[in-house]
Amino acid sequence: MNTPGSVVFQNIRKTFGAFTAIHDLSITIKPGTLVTLLGPSGCGKTTTLRMLAGLEHPSAGRILIGGKDVTMLPANERDVSMVFQSYALFPHMSALQNVAYGLESSGMKLKEARERAEEGLQLVGLAGMGDRLPAELSGGQQQRVAVARALVLEPQVLLLDEPLSNLDARLRRRVRTEIRELQQRLGFTAVYVTHDQDEALAVSDHIIVMKDGRVAQEGAPRQLYEAPASSFIADFMGEANVMSCQVIAIEGEEAMIRLGSLTHKVPKRDVMQAGEAKLAVRPNAITLEPAADAPFGGVISHAAYLGDHVEYEVETEAGRIFVVDQAVDRILPSTTPVSVGFKQRGIAIITN
Amino acid sequence: MSNSDRRLDWIFGTGVLSLLLLPWYRIELGFFNLSWLTGFMGDEDLAPAILQASTSGRWWLWGAILLFAAAMLVRVLQPVSERRGTLLALIGAAGVLFVAFQGLAITFAGWTWTIFEGLFGPLSAGQPAMGAGAITLSIMFVLMFSFGCAERGVMKGDAFIVSAISLLAFLVAVFVFYPIISMFVGAFQDFDGSFNPDGFLRNIVDPSIWSLGCVIGSERCGVAWRTFFLAVTTASGSTLLGLAFALVATRTGVRFKKGLRLLTILPIITPPFVIGLALTLLFGRAGVVTEGLSQLFGIEPGRWLYGLTGIWIAQVLSFTPISFLVLIGVVEGVSPSMEEASQTLRADRWRTFWHISLPLMKPGLANAFLIGFIESMADFGNPLVLGGSHGVLSTEIFFAVVGSQNDPSRAAVLAMILLCFTLSAFVAQRLWLGKKSFATVTGKGDNGVHAALPRSVAIGVHALVIPWAVFTLVVYGMIIAGGFVKTWGLDNSFTLQHYNRAFSISITDSGIAWTGVAWNSFWTTMEIALISAPLTAAVGLMTAYLIVRQRFAGRDLFEFALMMSFAIPGTVIGISYIMAFNLPPLEMTGTAAILIACFVFRNMPVGVRGGVAAMKQLDQSLDEASLTLRANSFRTIRKVILPLLRPAITAALVYSFVRAITSISAVIFLVSAEHNMATSYIVGLVENGEYGVAIAYSSALIIVMIAIIAIFQLLVGERRLRRASRLAISMPASAPKEKPA
Repeated sequence: MNTPGSVVFQNIRKTFGAFTAIHDLSITIKPGTLVTLLGPSGCGKTTTLRMLAGLEHPSAGRILIGGKDVTMLPANERDVSMVFQSYALFPHMSALQNVAYGLESSGMKLKEARERAEEGLQLVGLAGMGDRLPAELSGGQQQRVAVARALVLEPQVLLLDEPLSNLDARLRRRVRTEIRELQQRLGFTAVYVTHDQDEALAVSDHIIVMKDGRVAQEGAPRQLYEAPASSFIADFMGEANVMSCQVIAIEGEEAMIRLGSLTHKVPKRDVMQAGEAKLAVRPNAITLEPAADAPFGGVISHAAYLGDHVEYEVETEAGRIFVVDQAVDRILPSTTPVSVGFKQRGIAIITN
Repeated sequence: MSNSDRRLDWIFGTGVLSLLLLPWYRIELGFFNLSWLTGFMGDEDLAPAILQASTSGRWWLWGAILLFAAAMLVRVLQPVSERRGTLLALIGAAGVLFVAFQGLAITFAGWTWTIFEGLFGPLSAGQPAMGAGAITLSIMFVLMFSFGCAERGVMKGDAFIVSAISLLAFLVAVFVFYPIISMFVGAFQDFDGSFNPDGFLRNIVDPSIWSLGCVIGSERCGVAWRTFFLAVTTASGSTLLGLAFALVATRTGVRFKKGLRLLTILPIITPPFVIGLALTLLFGRAGVVTEGLSQLFGIEPGRWLYGLTGIWIAQVLSFTPISFLVLIGVVEGVSPSMEEASQTLRADRWRTFWHISLPLMKPGLANAFLIGFIESMADFGNPLVLGGSHGVLSTEIFFAVVGSQNDPSRAAVLAMILLCFTLSAFVAQRLWLGKKSFATVTGKGDNGVHAALPRSVAIGVHALVIPWAVFTLVVYGMIIAGGFVKTWGLDNSFTLQHYNRAFSISITDSGIAWTGVAWNSFWTTMEIALISAPLTAAVGLMTAYLIVRQRFAGRDLFEFALMMSFAIPGTVIGISYIMAFNLPPLEMTGTAAILIACFVFRNMPVGVRGGVAAMKQLDQSLDEASLTLRANSFRTIRKVILPLLRPAITAALVYSFVRAITSISAVIFLVSAEHNMATSYIVGLVENGEYGVAIAYSSALIIVMIAIIAIFQLLVGERRLRRASRLAISMPASAPKEKPA
């Protein structure tokens, strides 16, 4: 492999006519890491990736790859390569010709390009399949050809645009593990776009969550999941119940909060003083006990049995909440009055 | 050295060559004759720009030379940067404008416009038309502009794409807009080129153009209104018949549906005047039917065929297949589930047809009507053969320049009127109908069966279709049979003399002698069609690629202008090419090049349309994948897009080849003794009354075109991707796979 490259976006803005897709985006990606751009559709993550590839040019700002300014460089002169959502395998070329295409474009001799392409196919476990046309390969195999085609160029940065979205659920898990292993073994920098937070949590060193053309929050997977900066992040990174609460006291690193007449301790994060706050609570961090009279109570409005867990909707003083309960032996029917409590983990105070 | 420096050096090299070595002005004997090589440095007419400017007193050429030198200086002094890009783009634009402007401003006799004579004084020498040097340098300036823009990051810095767009815009400007503008200017000029609005004013109010006498009295209407009425009635007739044919083909149990489909290729392979010719042989003064009727019933042979009635019949025959082609898509496009829904809502067949099917077809019907209208307006061949003294606009234009009138101003005015009619129809079609299509091809499996026609409609439709189909067969039979009969009506005995006269070959000692009268124009036609077909396909598909795949300022306008050039009648193109390319700065009349240019830019829109449709089916991520795999746009087009577009390429090639053979309206203005085309030769035969040879030649052309289409179909065949994959599915995985060719 080439030495992995870093990626820097400096104050990037991208407009399409009157529509601004990206507002003043500045991000830095360390060499040799796998970074995920995550967000709902239309958040600008794919536009960001395409600007990095050179398929779109920013309206303002600078892009650096491996320390070199590539802002005005066309796609074919950049040292990156890309795996497309649709794979974009050339249907009239065999798998081997597809993989060799980029090498030949770079001016490599035909024979050498063929040899390197064979190695590339071997790397993704498709040795001996080189003569097949894309239409003769399964979805998973096509995907691997697309990865091999991008990797044989030994780019400073590998770009992956929703690479798993055309695979069925079972295959998806396996392929994402393979991609991650390949990245760690070869040590290249990878930028990975997805809208699936499970995928992002599973493969990334670092996640950048985007919303409406801006970075909503970035950090390590654990940090995003456990310490969301906003209710948007909390809800997007796995479901969360967002409830209003009262902070009644700060004690060292912990905040004492009150919901109804229930009090609970949570890490204070950046809350400095008592007052109104919001609480993001994971559905599986809530406990339910049948009880007529409780410090923080509610009534079950709907229960659904899903095999290994039960999902409840509960009407409480703080609004309707969603609860996942592992206790499948004991299903609480609708209209049961319950007492609502919290576990130690899976609950975070958020300031916006 | 960077990529951008390398490509700049290439244009500087070529540019310097064109200034120092290539003859700047046009050479009478032709550039490719190469006889100029022997004495060109000394001869004033053959000298390159640098000598013209320094020793022949053509000082204005220094302007172009200095601009070019300035660009070279910028290249040497500035490194690659946005600033350099801006400078180069500006110099390139200034250069091409300067070359064009000096060409227009200074001709044989010196200044074209007196205002410059006042400013700069009279010139010691004028200049002839531009030649190899001037043309090469102009192209280099265009490329310089493009490379400069690419350096500034235009089109994501893709120099190939910027150059393609600029060159295309340049060519369209020279070969579409410049001629049209010249024609407009020509309307206000005297023979010597000076401004004189008399001709225009005289013609624009001429009652022989605008009179509405036929409506209010017994007088004849002006030619503009006659043409308009003809176009409206032709469009109505061909739309009605086209709809009837389409309904029969899709909504009834007729067995010869394949035969009906074949009908659609007839107008493509039929030279436009052939129908008129066949009608003459049937219904003319000495026609078979006329003679028969006069012998059997003693009906006096009349001249009713020569005039609007005859033209109307010929045009409806010619254009019904086109309208059928449009409407069959419309009729099939009405979703069967709509009709089924109607039937489940207690509507009977008549109600379903009248309230659901027909209203859904309305936009398609309007579209077919407008196409028929434009085709009828533009038709030149049939009116020429059948018009007699009751001409239409397209023939009047022709007679205004070739006949005894020789009034270019009148021709220009008539051309403007014709252009107004067709462009209005075109704009109406695009703007008004563009958003109104109900054709519902959703891509979802629409499993339904079209409702059968109500009984009364079915009867009516068959009553129209069967006689008309028989009539069409008789007319085409006439075309084939016509060449084998001595003199229709007078002596109906079998003969080969017409074919013999046209296509005889004798073998002499020195080889084969092509003694037939047709060979000369036949080979010229083949040669020009063979040269222009690949050019047309290339320009058309490149344009389609740019329109579909690239976003650039003015793209919609660009597309609109291109499509609009399709609505410009051939006669207008012909007259405008004559007015534009007969005198400096560009002198091309009488050459093969003007015919080729005319075909390329006239037939290109069809290539564009086919290319756009094909390209829209190719996922854009294929091109993007190729780009991220280090291939530049040129390699992407060559290796990825072209191989996947093979069917569209074939279609464009065949179509432009065939159109080059059959077209007459523009060609008849542009042919010369040296480069005569088959169609204009046949028209000449008709004018001399040699109907037998004319029809023999025409049917030979039709056979040749059918053969060519068949050969192309066999050679190129279907795209192989699908078949290969289907093969793979049906084979066990372990079986060895054949590599598809």
